[in-house]
Amino acid sequence: MSESQTAPSLKTARGLGSAKEGTDHWWMQRLSAVAMMLLAPLMIFLVITLIGEPYEAVVAKLSSPLWGGVTLLFVCASFYHAHLGLQVVIEDYIGGHAARLTLIILIRGALIILGLIAVLSVLRLMLT
Amino acid sequence: MAEFTLPRNSKVKKGLHWKVPADKAGESGRTRSFKVYRWNPDTGENPRLDTYEVPVERMGQMVLDALIWIKNNVDSSLTFRRSCREGVCGSCSMNIDGTNTLACTKNLDDVRGDVAVYPLPHRPVVKDLVPDLNQLYSQLASIEPWLKTDSPAPSRERYQSVEDRAKLDGLWECILCFSCSTACPSYWWNGDRYLGPAILLQAYRWLADSRDEATGERLDALEDPFRLYRCHTIMNCTKTCPKGLNPAKAITEIKKMMVERRG
Repeated sequence: MSESQTAPSLKTARGLGSAKEGTDHWWMQRLSAVAMMLLAPLMIFLVITLIGEPYEAVVAKLSSPLWGGVTLLFVCASFYHAHLGLQVVIEDYIGGHAARLTLIILIRGALIILGLIAVLSVLRLMLT
Repeated sequence: MAEFTLPRNSKVKKGLHWKVPADKAGESGRTRSFKVYRWNPDTGENPRLDTYEVPVERMGQMVLDALIWIKNNVDSSLTFRRSCREGVCGSCSMNIDGTNTLACTKNLDDVRGDVAVYPLPHRPVVKDLVPDLNQLYSQLASIEPWLKTDSPAPSRERYQSVEDRAKLDGLWECILCFSCSTACPSYWWNGDRYLGPAILLQAYRWLADSRDEATGERLDALEDPFRLYRCHTIMNCTKTCPKGLNPAKAITEIKKMMVERRG
């Protein structure tokens, strides 16, 4: 069986054409990474200052717009970044259109649910 | 799709041991071993790794010299591509000592111990060290690697400033040996849709050309999660390039243009 009999043609190289997207995904992945680089040290600082503190102190701290805001932004940025990054991992390693699409949808759904729970938890702490 | 083991019919078996023919022995009797991937499509057998002993006085300076000596003196069935024997044509790209490179410019002094020679990785094999590169040729054609203009042709050549011409340095030197693309994990897993470093370097060669008027069109064609954005700057391409080029940088330049045109 000679491979040249099944040689990919210009038709296969062009495939279904360009998706005309991808830059947004790539760019937002970088921007969310930069956001996390700025937010993560603040989060680490916040957690360290709260070590050993009672529940009320944690609530009081997170109730401030500054620290509540930092926490919310960090949660949003990290879930957004995870969503973008995990999609890349699936696209890289999972072949077959159906499996790829299914996994991406499942992961996206899971991250939306988890992200929402995280955001609502922070909001509940802030608003109590 | 990621594949971490070889298919059953591609598993490499132990091969033959070819000693130096009595009339070809070197003066010192010292030899060097070459472990060469062999596969013959006509036998239906699995690939095997043959060992060839080559007299040190006969093997020459480069890996290609030794392969030619083997073909001429020991085993004429050993199949590989070669043409210019000086790193200009890109025919003899193969995996030597674990790295994709050109057999004709890979100095035997730079390889320690036995010399392992395999075809370029993750391509169908035509025979022995000859990989099937048709997919890459089709992908090269798909990026339309020629000057495209809409303005009427001038009465003489299209001028280019020295500065603009300099922007093509590091791009025009590519000889399309495809050492880079076949060293790229992203190309291994998604080569059917990802264009790979060699082709993207060529794409950037035309994007960077001051005379080409199809820049936007070219970027449109590349704007795709698979065609361009499978590149994760792994840098295997740049590390392996036998011409010392930097395809990873060219790809980054394309990504920068993609962001730049958004505003």
